[in-house]
Amino acid sequence: MPIHDQGYRRYAGARLLRARSWSVIARAGIIARLRERRFLALLLVAWLLFVVRAVQIYFGTTFARAAFFAPSEETFHGFLTQQRLFVFFITIYAGAGLIASDRQANALQLYLSKPITRHDYIVGKLATLAAFLIAVTWVPAMMLLMLQVLFSGSLEFVSTHPRLVPAITITAALQVALASMMMLALSSLSRSRRFAAMLYALVTIFAGTIERVLQTATGAAGWVLLSPQNTLLVITDALFGIEPEIPVTIALIAIVTLMAVCVAVLERRVRAVDVVA
Amino acid sequence: MNTDRSERSNGSTVVLENVTVRYGSHQALRSVSVAFPEGATGLLGPNGAGKSTLIKALLGLLRPADGVMRVLGRDVAEAPLAIRAHVGYMPENDTHIPGMNAVSFVAYCGELCGLPPADAMQRAHEVLFYVGLGEARYRNVETYSTGMKQRIKLAQALVHDPDLLLLDEPTNGMDPKGRDEMLALIRDVADRMSVILSSHVLPDVEAACDHVVVLHKGVVATHGPIAALKGDSARVFELRVKGDEKRFIEALREVGIESHDESGDVMRVFVPAGRPAQVLFEVAARHGVQVRHFRASVPSLEDVFARALGD
Repeated sequence: MPIHDQGYRRYAGARLLRARSWSVIARAGIIARLRERRFLALLLVAWLLFVVRAVQIYFGTTFARAAFFAPSEETFHGFLTQQRLFVFFITIYAGAGLIASDRQANALQLYLSKPITRHDYIVGKLATLAAFLIAVTWVPAMMLLMLQVLFSGSLEFVSTHPRLVPAITITAALQVALASMMMLALSSLSRSRRFAAMLYALVTIFAGTIERVLQTATGAAGWVLLSPQNTLLVITDALFGIEPEIPVTIALIAIVTLMAVCVAVLERRVRAVDVVA
Repeated sequence: MNTDRSERSNGSTVVLENVTVRYGSHQALRSVSVAFPEGATGLLGPNGAGKSTLIKALLGLLRPADGVMRVLGRDVAEAPLAIRAHVGYMPENDTHIPGMNAVSFVAYCGELCGLPPADAMQRAHEVLFYVGLGEARYRNVETYSTGMKQRIKLAQALVHDPDLLLLDEPTNGMDPKGRDEMLALIRDVADRMSVILSSHVLPDVEAACDHVVVLHKGVVATHGPIAALKGDSARVFELRVKGDEKRFIEALREVGIESHDESGDVMRVFVPAGRPAQVLFEVAARHGVQVRHFRASVPSLEDVFARALGD
């Protein structure tokens, strides 16, 4: 005999607004990843460079004889450029299965039979990956800047480099947005997270290699547009005051076009019902 | 929505008016007009009849090319999200959220439907016990058997306490005991909310539903209360004949009597109300056919189905 009623009971509690649906998806995705020790280890490794740079800033601002370690705009530009490696690994680890695994488990029809839209679903998945990428780009870069202020005891560095905060923020935002959208679009193309990961690696590494080979062979800088990551680097250079290889407007148009393609792919692939006409 | 039944059109939970759904050039639903009353309604039809298409259209997952659909008093085209917040959907195929145990999965579905996290978790425990998965609620869904997966699909459909439950082939792949338990659950929830049970298993629908809508090739072949559709029990007969069976069946049809093969050489014959069974013997005698077996039978949903499909 049951010790309490296990029959069906109606629910009389509150129902929240739909506006938070995407955040439910994002939170679940973030928690699921943070439960994996291997992923936590990857996140920790991604912060190693921050520790090195922090020590460098400490010595540069504290000891006069180590003034050659003193931070400059190039310190932050270099840091964000080096973090691209970890952006790559985290994107593959946390992003490849975001939609592919749902497609494999037929979860899309489950999601979209709830009171959420396709846009809620896509934004929720994007936010999952973006949260981790922000945690290894913008957050450590801004913390380095804060450490510089703390160690030097003045805001002089920030005030003499007024474009630094916007440059860090825009660079990180573009890195995160491009990686998230590309990975999500590629993830939506397959039911296998491994295949999606391979596609992303192919686009990122292979395109970069081809671009370098062609550029070396022909001497034409325009080949940089073949590689999304290197095209993004052109914009980053411009933001930090470095002379870019090609006009920044062209690089910007290329990146925006690529993002538009990703949105179009997601729009087409994220559906509860696959209609084969 | 608050289950305001007076809002609904003529006491119907779902109303379709001239609904047409196309997949490219193929018409899956052709100008369907039908109302699903409150309570449990079976949605019957052979494979490809348009049952799953109809359910997906009701959820707003497929956009009709033509027609109007109202669910719980609201237009699907205008308020699909508001409708989905009060509808539970159990899909036909195997589906889950990867990497979650049962209680997290069901609670997650509750949160997606707007329940606060604490309430969603409490409801998840409740409905998992209700569907018989209480002891297995901390197991990963991917390790579940087919029967358990069917149960958890029901649990995720119930977690937000919907007013309408759409069940697409809920007993697929279940053993007889599991099937009986699932049908008992459906009967139980049907006392508290409206249920549309899509199936091609006639005994399942007969066991759980009061009304039925039969779809065939994208159109409504028949609909109404099952008891009324079955008709008078004295009007169905089992018959075995010797002679030109085909000619006999045609002759019966000519005099307005329908029949269909049951199994082997036994046929079931439907004699319209007001006509004596004697007419069967008269037709047989006219065509030189011997009646070897004759017995009054109890009409079943299979008879309704067969007549609707014109087999």
